[in-house]
Amino acid sequence: MEMIWDGLQQAFALFVHGDPEIFQITWLSLRVSGTAILVSIIIGVPLGTMLALSESRARKFWLSIVHTGMALPPVVVGLVISILLWRTGPLGVLGLMYTPAAMTTAQFIIAAPIVMGLTVSGLQQLDPRLKDQLMGLGASRLQVVWLLWREAKLPLFAAVMVGFGRVIAEVGASMMVGGNLKSSTRVLTTAIVLENSKGNFALAIALSAILLSLVFAITLGLTWIQQKELR
Amino acid sequence: MSSILTAGNLILQRSGTEVFTLDSLVVREGEVLAIIGPNGVGKSTLLLTLAQIIEPLSGEIAFHGNPLNTQDTLDYRRQIAVMLQDPLLLNDTVFNNVATGLRFRGTPRRQIEELVMTWLARLGIDHLRDRSAKRLSGGEAQRVSLARALVLNPELLFLDEPFRALDAPTRAGLLADFRILLADVSMTTLLVTHDLDQALLLADRVAIILEGGLRQCDAPEQVFSAPADVGVANFVGVDTVLPGVVTAVESGQMIVEVAGMSLEAVGQFDLGQQVLFCLRPEDITLWAAGKLPATSARNLLTGRVESTAPQGALVRVVVQCQDNGGGKALMVKALITRNSAQEMEISPGKQVQLTFKASAVHCIPR
Repeated sequence: MEMIWDGLQQAFALFVHGDPEIFQITWLSLRVSGTAILVSIIIGVPLGTMLALSESRARKFWLSIVHTGMALPPVVVGLVISILLWRTGPLGVLGLMYTPAAMTTAQFIIAAPIVMGLTVSGLQQLDPRLKDQLMGLGASRLQVVWLLWREAKLPLFAAVMVGFGRVIAEVGASMMVGGNLKSSTRVLTTAIVLENSKGNFALAIALSAILLSLVFAITLGLTWIQQKELR
Repeated sequence: MSSILTAGNLILQRSGTEVFTLDSLVVREGEVLAIIGPNGVGKSTLLLTLAQIIEPLSGEIAFHGNPLNTQDTLDYRRQIAVMLQDPLLLNDTVFNNVATGLRFRGTPRRQIEELVMTWLARLGIDHLRDRSAKRLSGGEAQRVSLARALVLNPELLFLDEPFRALDAPTRAGLLADFRILLADVSMTTLLVTHDLDQALLLADRVAIILEGGLRQCDAPEQVFSAPADVGVANFVGVDTVLPGVVTAVESGQMIVEVAGMSLEAVGQFDLGQQVLFCLRPEDITLWAAGKLPATSARNLLTGRVESTAPQGALVRVVVQCQDNGGGKALMVKALITRNSAQEMEISPGKQVQLTFKASAVHCIPR
């Protein structure tokens, strides 16, 4: 109990005293996961929309691929990205291994299927005739898609929250492709693993408290926006 | 009356599966054309195809004589308006819902305000302007949906069973208002319904779609009194369809022998021609045996009540009639009021007499 209390006190002290390393780690966590989720939204929402509105017979096949992607183990993603970005790998020439870009790529691969899959299920919850009705009122394809997104904004927000929650909390892929390098690729989760392995439980608890507060603050904001729409 | 929309050799599909083939259909400018048929026959698919919301497998649709192709779709869809069975309103205010189509067309804000308020008032829902569409009753939601289509002042209005989801009193109220509105704006309308009464009330012409395609397209009275085939006859409520043969013809009048009985009908058929003898139940008058007054009806049958069943405010009576020799029998179905049924003490086994005019009979070649 004492250890937990010490950890929480240390977390508070780190915040109050503005430890630059902690701020750098926290900022990198936000930057990597925020960029990954943003790119996942930009790519995953349109692809999910195409899949939801498609009448192709191959839809079920693609949907099962997406659903498999939603459960991708981060270490498997880390392994694949490592092989690709390794100095002698097919994309080794890019020199991205052990950089935040590699971590962002890995987190994007984890988040994109989640955003895509939840976009599909969110849009499929709408009345399928709504698309026909909007077209019958003279909507262009883009106008139809925009209004369908507006109608499905609650599940779409949920997709963003779930995706962000998954990537900010993942450690396996970030460790493998980032390497947990101090002042370069160390993020909150990898720092927690490191401090835990060194026996610095109080610092690990402090970092965990920061991570939890961060996730709570962001989720609270998104939930507030989401629930505001219900009123 | 010139045609506004024509369709030819259309093979309709839904999710890649062929639904039916439509050889030809013409919608005339200013008319209300009702497309009626049983559930699941493909009426809604036809409406969505004609509105260019779903593509046919093949065939041609022309608007004002100009064939439509996939490039014209948006332009065409902005000259029409579609209202589907359920209101399908957006999660927004009533005002914004009614303004949806106008915003698609880039109508200036001031004009939107004016048009939306005009149509909300015409449909008696202007007091709901700022209410969330999710908090409307079924009737109010349907009025909003109707306003959303009418505010576009479309050249052609497509309505897919617009009153189906409503309870009877709400439907009656909205139907009455809609009839007045339609007469007022003279909007060319294609109405899909399975409700014969609605078609009779609103339509200038009726197209009957049964399994296999379009079977008849005519004025409502013509379709209801002179169905083109036995399928149409059954669908429009011609309950008595009996096989017969023409035994005499004279200046538009004929004698048709049905189950050994000679009955008079109006029509132009050849002597000896095999026909189907069709009678609407409401064209038959029922009398208690021995109470028959003097009547101008040319056909008189005697029979015994087989069964009775209530049908709305009326009673459906099935009567088994026999020829004079007591040999062959035929079943005739009549609709009478509940009062008449009570007065005549109609019940199974009761002896009755039936009369109907020769002009009430419609014969179809067999």
